[in-house]
Order: sequence, then structure tokens, then C-alpha cells
Amino acid sequence: MGHIQLKQVSKSFGNIEVIPPIDLDIDDGQFVVFVGPSGCGKSTLLRLIAGLEDVTTGSIVIDGRDATAVQPARRGLAMVFQSYALYPHMSVRKNIAFPLKMARVPQDEQERLVEEAARVLNLTGFLDRRPGQLSGGQRQRVAIGRAIVREPAAFLFDEPLSNLDAALRVGMRLEISELHERLKTTMVYVTHDQVEAMTMADKIVVLRAGVIEQVGTPLELYRNPQNTFVAGFIGSPRMNLVEGPDAARHDAHTVGIRPEHVDVSSGSGMWTGTVGVSEHLGSDTFFHVTVKDLSQPLTVRAGGEVDLHYGDTIHLTPKLNHLHRFDDRGLRIT
Amino acid sequence: MATNASRAAARLMISPAVVLLLGWMLVPLGLTLYFSFLRYNLITPGANPFIGWENYYWFLTDPSFKAAMINTLLLVGGVLLITVIGGTMMALLLDQPMWGQGVIRIMVIAPFFVMPTVSGLVWKNMFMNPVNGIFGHLALGLGMEPLSFFSEIPLLSIIFIVSWQWLPFATLILLTALQSLDQEQLEAAEMDGATWVSRFIHVMLPHLARAITVVILIQTIFLLSIFAEILVTTNGGPGTSTTNLTYLIYVSSLLQFDVGMGSAGGVIAIILANIVAIFLMRMIGKNLDA
Repeated sequence: MGHIQLKQVSKSFGNIEVIPPIDLDIDDGQFVVFVGPSGCGKSTLLRLIAGLEDVTTGSIVIDGRDATAVQPARRGLAMVFQSYALYPHMSVRKNIAFPLKMARVPQDEQERLVEEAARVLNLTGFLDRRPGQLSGGQRQRVAIGRAIVREPAAFLFDEPLSNLDAALRVGMRLEISELHERLKTTMVYVTHDQVEAMTMADKIVVLRAGVIEQVGTPLELYRNPQNTFVAGFIGSPRMNLVEGPDAARHDAHTVGIRPEHVDVSSGSGMWTGTVGVSEHLGSDTFFHVTVKDLSQPLTVRAGGEVDLHYGDTIHLTPKLNHLHRFDDRGLRIT
Repeated sequence: MATNASRAAARLMISPAVVLLLGWMLVPLGLTLYFSFLRYNLITPGANPFIGWENYYWFLTDPSFKAAMINTLLLVGGVLLITVIGGTMMALLLDQPMWGQGVIRIMVIAPFFVMPTVSGLVWKNMFMNPVNGIFGHLALGLGMEPLSFFSEIPLLSIIFIVSWQWLPFATLILLTALQSLDQEQLEAAEMDGATWVSRFIHVMLPHLARAITVVILIQTIFLLSIFAEILVTTNGGPGTSTTNLTYLIYVSSLLQFDVGMGSAGGVIAIILANIVAIFLMRMIGKNLDA
């Protein structure tokens, strides 16, 4: 069980309100990702759920029980920290067993649970090493192991992959997703990387300055961003946002079109521009195109083997059924 | 600094300093060694014949030597115990966020800057004096008999004074160590269900181990040579109850004018200090590797 409800939870540090009152429901077994730019309050929100910070107002309900004033250890949650926060003077075995030792689990039971966690996480050969002798990915797995053995109602991850290199990050992303499929435990995951959010989440919570901008499945957010912030944040590369007469033509203050929803042609199109920098990814090529009437260059996607070069003139036409329209407050027009 | 020429130049440049320092150390050491084998008493001038190990024999079999060894151990051990435990607790307190943190920290360090002679005299006359001292007045106010510190508990009083002086040092080193502890580790332990005591034992104390070793090593070196506090308060007495090794050497060479005996005591002190140093360096080396 791991059903977490936030009811009008807010947090202030002194006079500064970092999180205005918010409501949020995290269902049992869901993989929820909090995503937003740095300083948006996503880590603070996670720490409020963990109990490492006290809420200023509102209440946190875990499995139907008001946990607002409950100590972190008694909330039945386990947390994986950004720095892994392993105990450097203890072996991997002792690190993983530490929560069990604190809970006064019998010695042989501890052994069994540690062995099992180590087997699940491929750490069996490393149990007697110290954290300092492990690589980043292995340390990450130890931190997860320490969380697993407690059999928590929910896992909380605070930017767990941000200290890993790109290749390892992709691998660990898969491992965490697999772990979620296997354990079916609620997971709350904080990241600033929208790719992690899109690939792992059942439900994404987009935050900006402590305010929830939108909650939804990855595809909902991709298809129907509720405002220009979500539109610009979700999806890679960023959505092109165009203001001015081109937007007014569609009865909007701003129109958004994703790079993958623009037709590129050498003949004719709605916009005419010159190719700037192009990024070849093999499967795709992204062109930064400077269009005369627009203040910002547009990013467009073309096939991997398109023969266009710096300074070439091309014509762009947005696919109208993929056009997003926003009003002057940045909200979506439906 | 990589070529042979520059390396040779570097050696040449630092050699005056090395030679000066080496001479500064070797000449007194050599003289002390030389004197320790002579019958050399300023009261009976004249020939200073070579007498072999006789000075050492008499110094080591002197009953006050045994007393001095025990006192030295008690003094060093007692002060270390008080400063390490007290320093850890002070550091834990000072690590708490509070109003006026900066000023309080400076005030805590203050005793360290008071000269040993001054602090010895202040404690002797203003605090521990049974007639004029604050402790005496307090005891009288509570209807108890004032304690004559330096005649009833002389060694303990000196341990107390020296501890007061060295507590700030331990506190300061341990506080900086405590501040370098990753807060996420403490939070992780909190999530893992560790109480404050368990967090202290399993996370903070192992983190402090290195700093504690450093405190013990540095303090031991200085505490072995405590002298001023004893000279201004008890003069090593009553009897030999506060005479440590340093003070015993002072007594033989400057009160009994026996230069040979004093030198023998000095050499023994050097040997003992080096034994302690080797022992501590091995301990610290083991701790610093991990």
C-alpha cells in the first residue's frame, strides 16, 4: 500500500512562501515524477512528504492515516538521495542492513533480506566493500538496496541520477523502471530532466515556483500542454513558440508547434528561412532555421539523411492539427 | 621544477634553512646527551668527570621518578578524556543554529589565548583560593566548608585548569569536522529510523574519528610538557603529588643544580615522547588511510 494525499499543503521559510497551498493525489503503485526547473520547489515537496521538513499548513495523508506530524521513519517511506548518502565507514552489507538494525530485526532475518536485496540489484559480489570503492552506478544501487529492504509503502527519489554520466543514467533509468514493474510499489521521483520524466512516469507533475502547472500522463502533457510553460518544458527539443501576426492569424496570442510537426520543403511553405546550425543525430536531424519575420529561430526536425547545409534557404509549414494555441496569459485555448 | 638543474638549484637554496634548523636542534641535543653522562653539579664546581650511566640510574630509581611518571600519565589522560568528551559535546551544541553564533564561537575560543601562567594564577587566586576564591564563597554561601583545592585535590585541580585551556582547541577542531558532515547522511539515517543517539553513534562519531585522533595527537605532544600551570600553583607539591616529568627535570637541574641529572631526565623524556609519537603516528596513519 502506498497512497499519498497532499491536502492544501504549503511551505514557507520565514516570510518566503516556497510552496503555496497545493493538493495532490498519488495512487497506490503509481510512478509519479515531479519535474520542473531548478528552484521550483520539487525537492522541498518531496522532503515534505518524507517528513524531513515540516509543513507550514495543510496535511499529508498516507494510506488514509494523517502523517503530517509523524516522524520520517514511521511514515513507512524510503528515500534515495541525490548524493546517495551512504555511510562511508560501513560496508555495503552494513549500509543495506542499517534500517533493519535500527528496526531491531533479528540478525538472521537481516542477513536474508540483505542477501535478497543484493541479488535483486546485482550487488552480491560487492557486499563487503566500502562505498568509497564502488562506482557511481553501484553506489546508486546500494542506496536503492537500503531503501528496498525496509519494504516501504513508497519510494522517494531525489534526483537520483544527476550524478551519473549519460550512459549510466540511461541504464539506471531502465533499472528503476523495471524495479517499479516488479515491486509495484508507489514511487515518487524528483528530476529536472524532462526526458527522465517522460520515459519513467505514469503521472507527471510539472512544477514552477512551487505551483503545480499541470498533472497528467506523459502523453497528455505532450499532446495537450495547459500553458506555454508546460509546452516549452515537456518535449525535446523544445516546442517553438511564436508570437505576433503569425499567432494572430490563428486567433491566439502565442502559437506553439513542436519541431517534429513542421514540414520541411525546398519548394514552398508558410515560412521561408535560412538554415543555421544543424544537429545530426543519425536518425533525425534538427535544424535551427532563421525566419525573417520571427524574432527567434525555429527548430525543426527532418529525416536523418537530408542534404541541407548552413545558409540554404528552406520552406517550413506547420501541421495545423498539431498547432497549440495560447492566450495572452499563456493559457491553452481549446 | 622538473629539470635536473632546477632541482639542484632548489636543494642549494633550501640548504641554509635546513642546516640552520638542523644545527639548532642537534647542538642542544648533543650537549644534553653529553651532560647526561657527566657528574656535573653547579654546587660542587671543579672537574666534571665522565660517570657513564650513573645519572640515568639515579634518576630512574628515584622514588619521585615513579610518582612523576604516574602524574604525567594521569595529567595527560585526564585532560584528554575531559577535552575530547567535553569538546564533542560543546561542538554538538555550537553546531545548533542559534542567535549570536559568531560571537559565541569567538568567546568559546577565548581561553585558548590566555597564557598558561596567567590562567594558572587566575584560577589559583580568584577561583580556587579557599578564602578569597569564588568557589570558597559559593561553598560558604551553601553552608559548606570551602575546599582547599591545591592541598586536598592538587592533581585534579591542575587537570581541571589545563582542561579549561585545551577544551576550546578540541571544540574548534571537532566543530569544523562536524560541520563537514554531509547533512544528507543524517537525513538518510533519520529516514532509516535511527534515533538521535543512534545517529550520533553510527554516523557522527565515525565521521569525527579522524578529527578526534588529530586532537589526541596534538594535545598529547603539548600536554606532556605542561609546566607553567604547576609552577605557579602547587610547585609540584604537596610532596610530589603534582610533579610531572617536566617538573621533575626542572627540580633536578634548576633547584638542585644537578645539570647531569637534569640532562639524563631530559633524554629520558625525549625517548618517552618519541615512543608516544611513534605509537600515535601509527594510530593516526591507520585512521587517515581509511
